[in-house]
Amino acid sequence: MYEVLRKEEMADGSIIRLDLHCPLIAGKAQPGQFVIIRANEHGERIPLTIADCDAFSGVITIIFQIVGKSTALLRGFKAGDYIKDVVGPLGKAAEIDKVGTVVVVGGGTGIAILHHVTKAVKAAGNNIIGILGARSKEYIIMEAEMRQLCDEMIITTDDGSYGTQGFVTDALKKCLDERSDIKLVYAIGPIIMMKYVCRLTEKYHVPTKVSLNPIMIDGTGMCGGCRVGIGGETKFCCIDGPDFDGHKVDFDELEKRNSMYLKKEKDALLFSIR
Amino acid sequence: MKLKIPRQEMPEQDQKLRVRNFQEVPYGFTTELAQLEAGRCLQCTNPKCVNGCPVNVDIPEFIRQIREEDYVNAARVIKLRNILPAVCGRVCPQEEQCEAHCVLGIRDKPVAIGNLERFVADWAMKTDAIKAPMAPPKLNKRIAVVGSGPGGLTVAADLLQLGYTVTVFEALHEPGGVLVYGIPEFRLPKSIVSHEIEYLRMLGGRIELNTVIGATITIEELLQDYDAVYLGVGAGLPHFMNIEGENLCNVFSANEYLTRINLMKAYRFPEYDTPKPEGNKVVIVGGGNVAMDSARNALRCGAAEVTIVYRRSRKELPAREEEVRHAMEEGINFKLLTTPIRFIGNDISWVKGMECMRMELGEPDAGGRRTPIPIERSNFMIETDLVIISIGTGPSPLIFANNPNLERNRWGYIVVNLETMETSIPNVYAGGDIVTGSATVISAMGAGRTAANAIHTKLSGE
Repeated sequence: MYEVLRKEEMADGSIIRLDLHCPLIAGKAQPGQFVIIRANEHGERIPLTIADCDAFSGVITIIFQIVGKSTALLRGFKAGDYIKDVVGPLGKAAEIDKVGTVVVVGGGTGIAILHHVTKAVKAAGNNIIGILGARSKEYIIMEAEMRQLCDEMIITTDDGSYGTQGFVTDALKKCLDERSDIKLVYAIGPIIMMKYVCRLTEKYHVPTKVSLNPIMIDGTGMCGGCRVGIGGETKFCCIDGPDFDGHKVDFDELEKRNSMYLKKEKDALLFSIR
Repeated sequence: MKLKIPRQEMPEQDQKLRVRNFQEVPYGFTTELAQLEAGRCLQCTNPKCVNGCPVNVDIPEFIRQIREEDYVNAARVIKLRNILPAVCGRVCPQEEQCEAHCVLGIRDKPVAIGNLERFVADWAMKTDAIKAPMAPPKLNKRIAVVGSGPGGLTVAADLLQLGYTVTVFEALHEPGGVLVYGIPEFRLPKSIVSHEIEYLRMLGGRIELNTVIGATITIEELLQDYDAVYLGVGAGLPHFMNIEGENLCNVFSANEYLTRINLMKAYRFPEYDTPKPEGNKVVIVGGGNVAMDSARNALRCGAAEVTIVYRRSRKELPAREEEVRHAMEEGINFKLLTTPIRFIGNDISWVKGMECMRMELGEPDAGGRRTPIPIERSNFMIETDLVIISIGTGPSPLIFANNPNLERNRWGYIVVNLETMETSIPNVYAGGDIVTGSATVISAMGAGRTAANAIHTKLSGE
């Protein structure tokens, strides 16, 4: 059992932040790694990226969007409650070198994950341009934390309610057109966003890393539920990733596999509110 | 004249009924049947059956106790050597082990040792008759066991009974390894597994769940806190075929399929949250026990038609005879001498069929098995909407993370001294599937027994 120490609702209550007491995980977790959580005895196992951690106090932070039954269930937890199972840190840590200027691109809840990775990008001594995007103003999360880490910051919203109107790819294209010193792009967000970021950077020959979010069960390499095509080879996201060379990822396959249970997910939600 | 009593058959659930539920297929011996069967044992003074058992259960002695109608003592005798009798009575391939050595088997059928073991274990469980023996004096030595499958549980129980302090680390949220995620409910009810594991806690063992050694804690860190470490992590990395279309929706590894159904209880979706994979025409690729388990689960999940596709012939099927028989009785089709060469998807990338080739058997290979060879231009299509790949597993890489010193063989399994099960790292032992590749529950328990003895010899001798 793992205690919830703090809960915060963001983006109109559609995004939740939980701080969990998991000393062993907090002592080991590196940016890019994730945990698998099972809320209760009847629950399913879902992967959530570690958005922050503090080894000293033994705390890890998870930030997630309410998208279905399990995340709705997790939203019900408050400080003092206990989550049944938390296991990690899983996956490979983000590999970050000093390369010069790095653009970090985050979309929606992906910003939460990007924040942890950006800490490592910063610690490696890089110059950082941050591009954060969302549907509208209230869905831009962790802006203050990201501003602290980034040397420059661009914000885009689909509806223009904050920052520049448009997609993160529009802002990224502008950066790539104007500057020649961009050595690496790190993109974390919805699959469709990562796919278009990679299509763009491919044209500019700028290496691009993405953090993938397939369906997982165990998260330790024993089922292959999270397998994804990388440059024509099948990789298991939970042990070979979740970070991959974005130019090699078969995003269409990932998108289709992630939609495999859409109907079942609805059934589960209906069952729970019945 | 004992030979005149025929071997007693175990009553089974009717095949038409059982394909629609997840209840156990064999009902187990009644007291009368157990008495009749126990009466067949010749009580050899030099029993061969004991040698056939990897953990050397005193078989004639527990059968003698059955005859005396002292089932509590019968259970005690077994429990002394085997902490999982209700499991082993159900899933051991007795025909290759204890029963293969029974002298009755020379001219008649061997004593049904497995069924008798199961009878005793179930009886003890129902009456709650077995209490843990008195705790031995503490030795002030600590042992870490990595993995709570049958091998790890055996090491833990043996060392606890010698006075060691034992902690078992498990990556999943439930202990039992393959007993909980792999073997289906209708073959091994999970309530029985948890009851047998509870015995380990009665002996004073601690089980730490949700702890992945190699990620949450490293082997090196364990060595700082423990006098010895046993790695019983199994071989859980599923193999795929690496053919076109293998990542289509509704193509699963058997591990994923079985984990969803058994561990996550997807068969009870939406009461449990993990979605149940569904298909009407299910195909399983492979011919081992795991393939039979997957096929029979698929049938119970509501498939209209389940087909096992295997590249060799009936004779080479690696699954136990009893499993094949059960599968056939339940109406599972066998397409033998057949191998898939690609999977075909519909317009939204769900599998809808597979292209196969027919095979013929060539010369026997080094291991004596005849190699399947594709017959040219024999291609044909099988319609399917759910595919389960069950062609074997390999060692999971996680345990080796940050551990270049842990010697592995060319297939990636851990190299051990077979007399002690010690690895290339002193005081780190390993056994079961992570050493041998996929084998049986009881052979993992045998390896655990060997390691426990070696650990005790080393730690008490030095």
